[in-house]
Amino acid sequence: MMNVITINKQDWARGLERAYDSYRLFGPVKQDEFHNFRELVKGELPDLKLLNTRLSAKSMVYPQSEKLFEFTLDENREDHHILKEIHKDYSSRAVIGIRPCDAKAFLLVKANFDTPEYKDPYWIQSYEATTLVGYACNTPCRTCFCTTAGCGPFSEQGLDMLLVDAADHYLLKIITQKGEKFLNAAGWSSTAESDAAIHKIETMKQAAEEKITAGISTDKLKDKKTTELFEAPFWEQVAFACINCGTCTYVCPTCWCFDIQDETFGRSGIRMRNWDSCMYPLFTLHGSGHNPRNIKIQRVRQRFMHKLKYYVDKYGNGIQCVGCGRCIRHCPVNIDIRKVCDLMNNFEA
Amino acid sequence: MQNPYLPYPVRIEEIITETEDKNLKTFKLVFINPDDQKKFTYTPGQFAELSVAGKGEIPIGIASSPTEKGFLMFTINKVGLVTSHIHAMKVGDIMGIRGPLGNWYPWDVMEGKNVVIIGGGFAFTTLRSSIIYMLDPDNRPKFKDIHVIYGARTPGMLLYRDELAQWETRDDINMHITVDSTDDPGWKYNIGFVPTITDQQAPPGNEETYAIICGPPIMIKFTQPVLDKLGYVHDNIIMSLEMRMKCGIGICGRCNIGKEYVCKDGPVFTLAQLNNMPKEY
Repeated sequence: MMNVITINKQDWARGLERAYDSYRLFGPVKQDEFHNFRELVKGELPDLKLLNTRLSAKSMVYPQSEKLFEFTLDENREDHHILKEIHKDYSSRAVIGIRPCDAKAFLLVKANFDTPEYKDPYWIQSYEATTLVGYACNTPCRTCFCTTAGCGPFSEQGLDMLLVDAADHYLLKIITQKGEKFLNAAGWSSTAESDAAIHKIETMKQAAEEKITAGISTDKLKDKKTTELFEAPFWEQVAFACINCGTCTYVCPTCWCFDIQDETFGRSGIRMRNWDSCMYPLFTLHGSGHNPRNIKIQRVRQRFMHKLKYYVDKYGNGIQCVGCGRCIRHCPVNIDIRKVCDLMNNFEA
Repeated sequence: MQNPYLPYPVRIEEIITETEDKNLKTFKLVFINPDDQKKFTYTPGQFAELSVAGKGEIPIGIASSPTEKGFLMFTINKVGLVTSHIHAMKVGDIMGIRGPLGNWYPWDVMEGKNVVIIGGGFAFTTLRSSIIYMLDPDNRPKFKDIHVIYGARTPGMLLYRDELAQWETRDDINMHITVDSTDDPGWKYNIGFVPTITDQQAPPGNEETYAIICGPPIMIKFTQPVLDKLGYVHDNIIMSLEMRMKCGIGICGRCNIGKEYVCKDGPVFTLAQLNNMPKEY
């Protein structure tokens, strides 16, 4: 493994066509003005002329809305009011053109869904069925700060393959056995490339990394006292402009919170889960009317404390952020996680 | 792969209206599949998600004790969508249950110690479980003195009144029942708020004495200084917290206090632990 192969761009398309026979393929597609991931129909190619997708790739494993169970309320049926598991398609699928930041995000989120005590069967089965064919970033966005967030434009963390666009051809690095399997299904010539190709990827990687000038410092977060950071005076200023729209949590590849709701249609019904957001007051509202995060500043603080302190302390796995910059690009009031991270990292009680 | 979101089906066996305002009812549930009952082994202090198809789920403390076999018991306050629906359900109706969930009161640590139970209002459910558990003939020798301070607004708002009266007659448990006020001339127990009665009747704190507190925030707020005054150390003050919950297994993300999820890392915390957590509950 760890082979690098060369694929000319016509063969790229033909290989995906072949892989379609044994995989469901997903990739970025331009819809209206921006790219998002969706399932590709046969013959359709992922559109790789993009900086990054508007929404992250998290929905490839963790859909925005997902059925969990079904039931009948018809009392003439013996199994009425008893929840039943739903058959789900966990056949092999491949996500083509996922950026390294979104792939690394799956590793961070896995710590939540796959724990020693409880396994989330929906997330885990979906994740295990998925092959991630990454797409290295030759041209990072202005808001990217992945290189200081434990990731990078050519990072291989969480990826099964890494595709590098070398102008007139692609270089494809095979990273895992899942990647090897996808290579066989695509039928691309698997002749290992010379050291020159490997060297070329290294050169392109350095060039891309040098383009990322924005960064964060996270080194002191783990040694800060939670209660002191929590009481820090800067939260009011950070939260001042926030309108609690929830866009940051929605576009984030590492935000995983969800709600569970029942829906009924006549006498049949489903239990489903939907993405939820800590930006909304209903997220924590008690039945009694009491709400521990009743005001905006509490909710804004929760989001940043979770990503940059609670996660750090709970898993010892770095911050819950990959530096994709989506929350910065799409925040309607210009709240910038890089600045908040600096405030937290440099805070002295 | 076992699905932790799938409830076990249960049948409502009995419904008891507990309080004079009829807002609190106790539901006895029995498992439809005997195998599910074997899997549901719990410890006092834990909770479960009660599930009603078409309405949703709610986290409720388990009021029965593992020493009571063949059923589970939950006392439910009528508050929102799911609890209102459950209040309208009948004996024989089918619902679901997931659990047991969360941690429990530290029974191993409390062995050989005095236990003071302090409860207020309808937060007496897992405390009932604890009392029944400790009074079980197999368990009673494991604990030294047991005190129970339990208050409600009026006599008619006390839960489990028959059992309270029965415990009053025993000599191996010291009961201190109280109400905020009453015009019942036959009321023979205390009148006063829980913090006041705690001050007057709880044993002094020491390394050998543990207090378990469960009640509304206002009661906890005013009881805590009393326990400090009586000399209770914060490692020996055990509290059970509530939060809005969905998954109950530490995954859906809403019930955290700092890095701890109340559903999985709690709901039971010592005051010493809470002192090092953000005050966000």
